[in-house]
Amino acid sequence: MEIGLIALAIILATLLGWLLKQSFNTQPWVAEEMGETAHHGPLGGSSNTRLIALLTLLAVVTSFFALILSAYALRMELGDWVPMTEPQLLWTNTGMLILASLAFQWTRNGAVQGIASRLKPGLILTGALTAGFVVGQFVAWQQLQASGQLITDNPSNAFFYFLTGAHAVHILGGMYVWARATTRVMLGTAEGRAIRRSIELCAIYWHFLLLVWLILFGLLLST
Amino acid sequence: MSYVAIADRDHEQEHHDPQTFITKYIWSQDHKVIAVQYGLTAIFVGLIALGLSAMMRLQLGFPDQFSFINPENYYQFITMHGMIMVIYLLTALFLGGFGNYLIPLQCGARDMVFPYLNMLSYWVYLLSVIILLISFFVPGGSTGAGWTLYPPQAIMQGTPGTDWGILLMLASLAVFIVAFTMGGLNYVTTVLQARCKGMTLMRMPLSVWGIFIATILGLLAFPALLVSAIMMLFDKTLMTSFFMPAISSMGADPGYTGGSPILFQHLFWFFGHPEVYIVALPAFGIVSDLLSTHARKNIFGYRMMVWAIIAIGGLSFIVWAHHMYVSGMNPYFGFFFATTTLIIAVPTAIKVYNWVLTLWEGNIHLRVPMLFAIGFIFTFIHGGLTGLFLGNVTIDLPLSDTYFVVAHFHMVMGVSPVLVVFGAIYHWWPKITGRMYNETLGKWHFWMTFLGTYAIYLPMHYLGFAGVPRRYFAMGNTEFLPDSAQDLNAAITMSALFVAATQILFFINMIWSLLKGPKSDPNPWNATSLEWQTPDHPPKHGNWGHELPECHRWAYDYSVPGYEDDFIPQNVPPDKAPAGRDHGEDH
Repeated sequence: MEIGLIALAIILATLLGWLLKQSFNTQPWVAEEMGETAHHGPLGGSSNTRLIALLTLLAVVTSFFALILSAYALRMELGDWVPMTEPQLLWTNTGMLILASLAFQWTRNGAVQGIASRLKPGLILTGALTAGFVVGQFVAWQQLQASGQLITDNPSNAFFYFLTGAHAVHILGGMYVWARATTRVMLGTAEGRAIRRSIELCAIYWHFLLLVWLILFGLLLST
Repeated sequence: MSYVAIADRDHEQEHHDPQTFITKYIWSQDHKVIAVQYGLTAIFVGLIALGLSAMMRLQLGFPDQFSFINPENYYQFITMHGMIMVIYLLTALFLGGFGNYLIPLQCGARDMVFPYLNMLSYWVYLLSVIILLISFFVPGGSTGAGWTLYPPQAIMQGTPGTDWGILLMLASLAVFIVAFTMGGLNYVTTVLQARCKGMTLMRMPLSVWGIFIATILGLLAFPALLVSAIMMLFDKTLMTSFFMPAISSMGADPGYTGGSPILFQHLFWFFGHPEVYIVALPAFGIVSDLLSTHARKNIFGYRMMVWAIIAIGGLSFIVWAHHMYVSGMNPYFGFFFATTTLIIAVPTAIKVYNWVLTLWEGNIHLRVPMLFAIGFIFTFIHGGLTGLFLGNVTIDLPLSDTYFVVAHFHMVMGVSPVLVVFGAIYHWWPKITGRMYNETLGKWHFWMTFLGTYAIYLPMHYLGFAGVPRRYFAMGNTEFLPDSAQDLNAAITMSALFVAATQILFFINMIWSLLKGPKSDPNPWNATSLEWQTPDHPPKHGNWGHELPECHRWAYDYSVPGYEDDFIPQNVPPDKAPAGRDHGEDH
C-alpha cells in the first residue's frame, strides 16, 4: 500500500500547506472589515473555479491509479506471478499520446495568444492522435488475445487489461469534453473566453493522463 | 454543464428561476431541493435497513420462532443492513443532504458552483439505490457476504446471493461512488471558491469544516472501494484471480489461481476506515454548532477544533489495518497500527473536552436539538472508549469476533451519528420548512431513543465479554454460555423493537408540522450563522435576494458583553456591534 500512501501524502501535504497559510496566526473571534473576499482570495477569481474542480478531480484520479498500483505491487509478490511480454505496438501508442499532448499544448498556446486560426486544426489533430491512441490500445488487446494471452492466464495479464482499460476510460471521458469544445469551435457558437478556458483545462487533463500513462507503461515494462 | 454565476444577478436573471413543479421539485438544480431529495431518499433506505435489523433481532432474541427467517436470510439482512446504514444512509445524508443544504447557505453563496452536476449527483445516487434495492428481488436474493464483502466467500457458491446479489451490490457501489464524486467536487469547489465577502476559512462554521474535510476524505478514499469492487467484479465474471486464491469449492475446482484475499482487505479498509470519519466529521462539526448555539456560548477553542478535524482526517488514512488484526498480519504491523490508532484518540479527545467546556457555565437551553447534541457526547465518549480497547492488538484478538465489537461500532458510528442527524433535523427544520414542530413530542422522541439505544448496546458489551460470537444465526449448544445470555438477548431485542417503533413519533411530528405546524420565526434559535439571516424564510432560489451577504465576524459571537442581544449574526458590521472579543484574550 506504500504507493497509495505516498500519493495520498503528497495530496494531503499540499492541502495542509495551503490550509496552514490560510489559518496561521488568525484571530477568528475578532470582527473587522476584511479586504479579502472569496472571489479575490489566494485561489484567484471565480474564473478559477473550474480549475479548482479539475485539480480536485485529478487528485481523485491520482488516488484511483495509485491504489491500483499498490494492489499491483502487493499481488506481484505472490508466487503465481509470471511477467508478461507487452505488445510492441504500445511504443507506437505512447508516441501518439505524447504527440496528442504536444498538439493540445500547441492549440492551447494559440488560444491563449488569440490565434483563432489555430484552434480548428489543433483540436482536430489532437482528437485524431488521441483516438489513434485508444484504437491502438484496443488493437494491442486484440493482438494479445490472438497470441493466446487471455485475461485469466495470469495476474500480470489481468492487471495489464485492467490498467490499460481504466486509463482508456479516462481518456474517453476527456474526449467527451474535447468533443463538446470542438463542436462549439466548428459551429462558431463559442465565446472566445469560454472556449479558451475549456481548451486550457483540457490540455492540463491531457498532460496529466499522459503522465499517468508513462508511469503505467514504465511499470508494465519493468515488471 | 456551463454555469452562469448568479452572484450578481440582474432582474433578467429572475426568468431563469424554475417555474414549473417539475423544474422546481424534481429536476431541480437548487441545492436546497437537492438536499431534501438526498435526505428523503437516504431516510427511506435507512428505514428499510432499520426493518432488517428488527428481523435480525427477532431471530437473536427468540431463535427459531419465526419461520420467515432462515440462515440465508439472516446473512442477507446483516449485509444489507450494514451497507445501507453506512453508505446509503449516513454518507449520503451527511454529505448529500446536510452538505448540500448547509455549504452554500453557511458560506453565503447562492448555490453550489456546478448546479447541474449537483442535480446529476442526486439522480445517479438514486440509481445506485435502485440497483441496490433490485438485488432483494433477483433470483438468490441480495448478497449475504457481510457488509465487508470479503472474498473468497463473497463470490463462492454457498454464500447467499452469489449469482446476482453480489453483482448488483458491486455495481451499485460503483455507481454510488460516481455520484459521490460528482457531489464531492461540488462541495470542495464551493467551499474554496464561492464564499461570500469576508467569509475567510477561519470564520466558517464548524459544520462546514466537518463536511469539507469529510468530503476530501471521501474523494480520496472511495477510489479504494471502487478499485476493489471492479477487481472483485472481474474475479466473479471473468474468472481473474486478483483476490481469489487457488481453492476447491464443493469438491470442484472453480479455476482460480493464487490470488490474495488479504489484498482485498487492505483495499477495503483503506476505504473503510476513512469512511468512519466521513460519517463522523460532519457529525462533529454539526454538534459543535448545536452546542454553541443552544448554550449561548462561543465554541471553546475554535482553531483547535478546526485543526482537530484536519488532524483526524489525515490520521484516518494510516490506521486501516486495525480492522485486520485477526487476518494474520505481521505483529510489527499490528504494533504500528495500534500506535496510530491510539494517536488518533488525541485530537478526538480534544474535541470532546472542548464540547464539554463549551457547555461549562453556558446558558444552556435544553431544546430538542440540544438534547440530541448532548446525547451524542455521551454515546460518542462511550463508543470511543471501547475503541481504545479494540485498538490494542492483544485485547482485540479475543474480542474481535464477539458482540463487544458490535456494541462498539454501533455506539460510535451508529447511534452517535444518528443522534446528530436527528439533532440537526430538529435544528434546521424551521429553516428548511418554515414551520415548527411539537417540542414535547420531540423531547419524548429523544428520551426514548437515547435510553432505548443504551438498553440495546450496553448489555451487548457484557455479551461480548462472555464470549458470545457475532455473525452467528443461532448459538446452538454452546456450553460456555450461560442461559442468562439468551435472556439478555431477548431483552435487547425488546429494546430494539421499542426504539424502532419510537421513531414513528418523529415522523408523526414532522408530518404534522408540515401540514399544520405553526409558522416559525426566521431565526427561532437566535443563531449567528448566515443561513438564519436570509431575506426570505424559508430561503428562496438564489438564497440571498438581490445582494449577497457580507461576513464580518465568526459564527460564535454569543453572549458578547456590551451588546443588547445575546448573539451577533455574522453579517453585522463591527461598527454596529462590539468587534468580537478582546484582541489579546485567550480562547
